[in-house]
Amino acid sequence: MGSSLKIVGGEVYDPANGINGAVKEIYVQDGKIVEACREPSGVIDATNLVVMPGGVDIHTHIASSAVNAARGFRPEDHRHGLIAKKPGIRSGVGFTVPSTFATGYLYTKMGYTTVMEAANAPIGVRHTHEELIDTPILDKGLYILMGNNEFILKYLKAGEMEKVKRYVAWLIRSLKGYGIKLVNPGGVEQWKYGKDVEGLDDKVYYFDVTPRQILKALAWTNESLGLPHPIHLHANRLGIPNNYLTTLETMHALEGFRLHMAHIQFHSYGGENWGGFCSKAAEVAEYINTHPHITTDIGQVVFGDATTITADGPWQYRLYKLSKNKWYNQDVEVETGCGIVPYVYREKNYVNAIQWAIGLELFLLIQDPWRVSLSTDHPNGGAFIFYPWVIKLLMDKEFRSEMLKRVHKRVLSDTTLPNLDREYTLSEIAIITRAGPARALGLTRKGHLGVGADADITIYLKDSDREQMFEHPIYVLKDGVVVLREGELVGSRDGKLLFVVPPDVGEMDPEFKTEFENFYTIEYENFPIDAEDIPNREAIPAGASR
Amino acid sequence: MSERRFTLITGRTTKQGRSIHLGKEATEYLEEISTLQMNPKDVEALQLKDGEQVRLKTPYGSTVVKFKKGDIPQGLIFVAYGGFINSLVGPDTQATGMPNTKGIEVEVERYG
Amino acid sequence: MAEGVAVKEAKELTVVKGVTCPFCGVTCDDLEVHVVDGKIKDVKNACVLGKDTFMHHLEGWATPRIKGKPATIDECIEAAAEILAKAKYPLIYGLDSTELNAQRKAIELAELIGANIDHTSSVCHAPSLQAVQTVGISSCTVGEVKNRADLIIFWGCNPAEAHPRHPSRYSVTAKGLFTPKGKKDRMVINVDVRPTPTTRMADAFIQVKPNSDYEVFSALELNRFTKFQCAPMRGHGNVVGMAQVLTWQTGYPFAVNMSRGYPRFNPGEYSVADLLAHREVDAALIVAGDAIGNFPAKMAEHLQSIPLIAIDPKESGTTKVATVVIPTAQAGIAAGGMAYRMDHIPLVMKKVVDSPYPSDREVLERILAKVSSMKNGGNGAPSPASKGRG
Repeated sequence: MGSSLKIVGGEVYDPANGINGAVKEIYVQDGKIVEACREPSGVIDATNLVVMPGGVDIHTHIASSAVNAARGFRPEDHRHGLIAKKPGIRSGVGFTVPSTFATGYLYTKMGYTTVMEAANAPIGVRHTHEELIDTPILDKGLYILMGNNEFILKYLKAGEMEKVKRYVAWLIRSLKGYGIKLVNPGGVEQWKYGKDVEGLDDKVYYFDVTPRQILKALAWTNESLGLPHPIHLHANRLGIPNNYLTTLETMHALEGFRLHMAHIQFHSYGGENWGGFCSKAAEVAEYINTHPHITTDIGQVVFGDATTITADGPWQYRLYKLSKNKWYNQDVEVETGCGIVPYVYREKNYVNAIQWAIGLELFLLIQDPWRVSLSTDHPNGGAFIFYPWVIKLLMDKEFRSEMLKRVHKRVLSDTTLPNLDREYTLSEIAIITRAGPARALGLTRKGHLGVGADADITIYLKDSDREQMFEHPIYVLKDGVVVLREGELVGSRDGKLLFVVPPDVGEMDPEFKTEFENFYTIEYENFPIDAEDIPNREAIPAGASR
Repeated sequence: MSERRFTLITGRTTKQGRSIHLGKEATEYLEEISTLQMNPKDVEALQLKDGEQVRLKTPYGSTVVKFKKGDIPQGLIFVAYGGFINSLVGPDTQATGMPNTKGIEVEVERYG
Repeated sequence: MAEGVAVKEAKELTVVKGVTCPFCGVTCDDLEVHVVDGKIKDVKNACVLGKDTFMHHLEGWATPRIKGKPATIDECIEAAAEILAKAKYPLIYGLDSTELNAQRKAIELAELIGANIDHTSSVCHAPSLQAVQTVGISSCTVGEVKNRADLIIFWGCNPAEAHPRHPSRYSVTAKGLFTPKGKKDRMVINVDVRPTPTTRMADAFIQVKPNSDYEVFSALELNRFTKFQCAPMRGHGNVVGMAQVLTWQTGYPFAVNMSRGYPRFNPGEYSVADLLAHREVDAALIVAGDAIGNFPAKMAEHLQSIPLIAIDPKESGTTKVATVVIPTAQAGIAAGGMAYRMDHIPLVMKKVVDSPYPSDREVLERILAKVSSMKNGGNGAPSPASKGRG
């Protein structure tokens, strides 16, 4: 395949450009979508096929010190998936925590071409970049954990918002990050004493600031730096009965700011305790429907094996106690924590079945697909390879009814799922799996097939079994090059790192180096990462301050 | 000739860590890894004299090293990590991958 | 990332700051190396072990040779590639005292030739890695120890001699956020089978019988009462980095077998000690580690009976008996790259002086290319698919 080609005869779903199944030619030149090219060196006949932009995952855990700890700690997981080497294709293993090469291939085989690694301790970002370099084909970005950063807590305690802003810009610039991530703001710092925060107005020990203050400060910083993506929030009280109240309070507290609520399924629970555990999806969806400042990804639960990996150390300790599975904990100096616990979601387990139903309720009750992204919070709710199964649940009411007969019977009586008749259209699926996440990320060249877009394209065979259809694309093109044909990888290539260049808001104070070295254990000069250390990269400029 | 069973401990020492940079043939390195430390009471019981050597024996092999008195509990002997103890260690890893190099039962006798 | 930031202080003196020490798992990154006319003249901030690593890096250098006879590097690489291309069940081992990109290449080579790949963790921390796989671990980075820990227990370890700057940088006299008075803010306990120089810095010493540690404690359960963390004192060079990259590329931290074209893991079968004790491998490539010098005699015996390739800056028990010896520039001194601290924190290693020899990475890359062309060129070597014991 040369540097130009055209795709003819395909039914195109490109919701960002208002194209909904029209038969349309797509031209590609030098890795980009173009208006037309005279003599394309290749032609793909997509007659009777469906053409979409490559998938975009807004929230996944595929590469970090934490993910690698999970791999090393779960040899039993890897035997569920084996990829043998072939010319140009490296070997790999894995299921819920695949090795890096395997991760690139598995996403590609599912038609995804851009993914965002969702949680990175700053001091470990150098490690994440090395893993991402070894994650082929995909374009990747990473969010940096900041919700429990002791420099930010210290500046907040002193009321120094400008310092927070400069520090955040310095972190993103030094580490080549994409956005600001918060995990259980304040709670992970408390975990360093074996504790947690109970709500938005609990004070964090010593620093004397509240989750509410942290949330507002970072939301304000994000907007004033004009970062392309809103703050990406794993809210307080994840996984705990009655946490929907905290979720609603959090979204309310940040009115006036953009906010991405990550894996909101895990934050939509009612009930005073586990015995009373119930769905509050309707309440959460109602809030989102009436408040356009929110985008979200669902964190859908998939039955079977999962690996829970999160910076939310105190929650992982609870899950370890609940599940009695093995537990990995790593507290990270100055910045954050990390916990890992293997978990199995069971159809007949009441809580698990309700969690599964809550995710689907949220998908079906939130009206604007542009503000919902498909995720399983991989691998927390289950492995990303099950996205096609989730798509089938969303597109096929009959399939949902079959599943409802299998899962714990109280899902029928205790949730609204049996009464929800909505079926996603192909266009809506194209929104929640590519166009929507790309827009929420501010990635203007991803998630669409308009002129100037990156030529990341997935072509599917139409199939009334939507799981089959989305599990086995016929073609995947990355940067205009065919990487998958007839369902088989035909070659690998390097993907890019997407990183944001924040605006210049001033240097750090001269005394910062001393403070840094007082509390960290590495030299200040050794912390920043040279762009040259990342061979394939694309800088995304920040926009105007909001 | 008296002979006694001891528990052999191996580990890193500053001298061993420093002299290894001079090369594995360097006198300082070889000196450090071929010297056994023993409690003075054990030295007495074995009737060892300064400058003498001892032979260490296990079911896997034997080696000859110098000894010196050291601050170490009775019944234990210590030798720095290095080639001299390799012949005493068995290949069985009990399916862990790691041969047992700590807390090995050895027989110690005066040599020569 | 390879070049250090050089500050010219005088006409002939170059001071390279923020240098990462390649010797032990403390991975101090604050060394200042003084270079005059391409030679290291002094090292500031390092411990004695680190300082000697730099000051004596030229002593005991290996020379290129095949079957004991002097040869060029090119000839050695050719000979090494021939051995590896022909081997049916080879072993790649060592890989601790080198940098990330060389480790990457070693894994790629293992995949290409269907080798077993293992590293020095296997004969050192294999049981602790398996304990983590079985029950988990509650741990932290060393900065957490520096900033918060008010009780330190050194259990069966001797940082005073094995990790000399651990106490001052992280764990005993280090001053941090909630430990502004350093040692005065901490209780230090040493548990061991014998007193060591570490005992002298402890407030209390508890002597236990050899091989009786097992019944002791689980940091997991101690967390019911307060916040306890447990951290293995990982040791030599960049052994943690090798476990990291092997894990992200193959899923497993050590003892990986590639004979079926995809990674398999089984300590006790694919671990170096067992492969050698059972006399299974028919060729071996040892990179940046002395297998013969450190292995039980039975294992060393088998290594000496098969074609053996040693890639190492210095002569060792292994180079002495190897069929092919390829000297290289020492990672962290004469070759740049990346290394990991004992708590999995990644750090850049700088190149502070030149070496007449190529880096481990370059040698492995060239062997990889040669083996690859030999296999594709149909020189009679078996194809990878037909290899292994099945």
